[in-house]
Amino acid sequence: MKKFKHSEITPEKIYNKRRSFIKSMGYGLGSIAFSSVPLINAKASNLNEPTSYKDITTYNNYYEFGTGKGDPHRRAKNFTTRPWSVIIEGEVEKPLELPIEEILAIKSEERILKLRCVEGWSMVIPWLGFSLSELLNKVQIKSSAKFVEFETVYNPEEMVGQRYPVLNWPYIEGLRLDEAMHPLTTVVTGLYGKPLPNQNGAPLRIFIPWKYGFKSAKSIVKIRLKKNMPNTAWKNASPREYGFYSNVNPEVDHPRWSQATERVIGESILAPRIKTLMFNGYGDEVAHLYSGMDLKKNY
Amino acid sequence: MRNYFKPTVFLLSLWPIYIIAYQLIYNKLGPEPVDRIINHFGEWTLIFVLLTLSMTPLRKITNSLEWIKFRRMLGLFAFFYASIHMLSYVGLDYRFDFEPLIDDVLKKKFIFIGFSAWLLLIPLAITSSDKMVRILKKNWKKLHQLIYVISIFGVLHFIWLSKTIFFKPLIFLIILIILLLFRINFKKFNLS
Repeated sequence: MKKFKHSEITPEKIYNKRRSFIKSMGYGLGSIAFSSVPLINAKASNLNEPTSYKDITTYNNYYEFGTGKGDPHRRAKNFTTRPWSVIIEGEVEKPLELPIEEILAIKSEERILKLRCVEGWSMVIPWLGFSLSELLNKVQIKSSAKFVEFETVYNPEEMVGQRYPVLNWPYIEGLRLDEAMHPLTTVVTGLYGKPLPNQNGAPLRIFIPWKYGFKSAKSIVKIRLKKNMPNTAWKNASPREYGFYSNVNPEVDHPRWSQATERVIGESILAPRIKTLMFNGYGDEVAHLYSGMDLKKNY
Repeated sequence: MRNYFKPTVFLLSLWPIYIIAYQLIYNKLGPEPVDRIINHFGEWTLIFVLLTLSMTPLRKITNSLEWIKFRRMLGLFAFFYASIHMLSYVGLDYRFDFEPLIDDVLKKKFIFIGFSAWLLLIPLAITSSDKMVRILKKNWKKLHQLIYVISIFGVLHFIWLSKTIFFKPLIFLIILIILLLFRINFKKFNLS
């Protein structure tokens, strides 16, 4: 079977840009204390290559557009993302309604981060984005705020999945405030140097690389600062299986399947599973957020 | 004309193999090829189990004995695809690494019940020949009623492994319930 190298699939310009970005990541970002951001799961030779644009944009869990992995790609084509605005409210001094244009004007950088799905597969995605803290700093968070809640748009006319009670719509996700303020918690505006495709959560999503993928809400319309823990979508659907934290953790199995290993998307049929890393490999950056916590209980 | 029925059904029943062969050759298995192969044969196993269970109701509805001739072949195909399903899980996904596998079978109820369903299919496949029907006599029918248990195990396996019951697992469940209800109704019918 013929196997394409990523360099054959990725447009050359972007590919080269990426090479230089990875380099700059090594030098530049080291100075701001995440020199060890693991772009990759060390060992296997080709894992530091981002997953192909095609796989990233055709293999999606986005139940608003259907439960099949190919559904979002097919059904999100005409999804309306303009006009769009994001409301930041709740325990804040200065609630805001930001037009999407204003958010997209904030300087994005390329962030090559690994996505680990709770189902047991992973991708390496060259996102474009910036730290969520940049947005949250605009609203003067009150000291009473302990959590951040993200709300996905409710638009059953265009999001056919929302017409069925698969989950409680609209999709709600959330983080503890310190998790939300962590520099790796990213507001995503694009990928592979292009605007964010609809099936990946356009016009705006977040991405939290050390948590299972479902924590990273898509097409966000509201960011709410709260005193209490948000009632998040999957926890709501099955609290025994999906916890609020949902940090990637190879030692805590999903009740129905193991989380010790993962399959790498885009690899050949003969490629073995790889070991899943604690916090998806971002332990050096984020483990301190959970010191003293029993991660088996707080799954 | 009727002589062609069986070979035709046989060739049609190989459809899942044609699809995978095509996708393998033309590199169309998608981003998660191993998962795709496992799920593909898993789904087709269930389809063949349900097809096997459809033959008796079809016989009664159409008043034609023809259907029953295909029951054994369809049942054997169900076993065949169940075996490929399991082998691709053991071989392609876990590369015959038995330690995590045994762990999976014992700890994960969806794997336990799926594996049990496959084990239960083995005696049915072994005793499928005419000779075995003659040897086992009345016991053959009793033994082969295991297919009801297997079908329930198989559909539960699918429901339990899915993140939500929507929509494929639900469709299989509804069809299974309909096929099993047929049995209950016909027994009552016979009694009266």
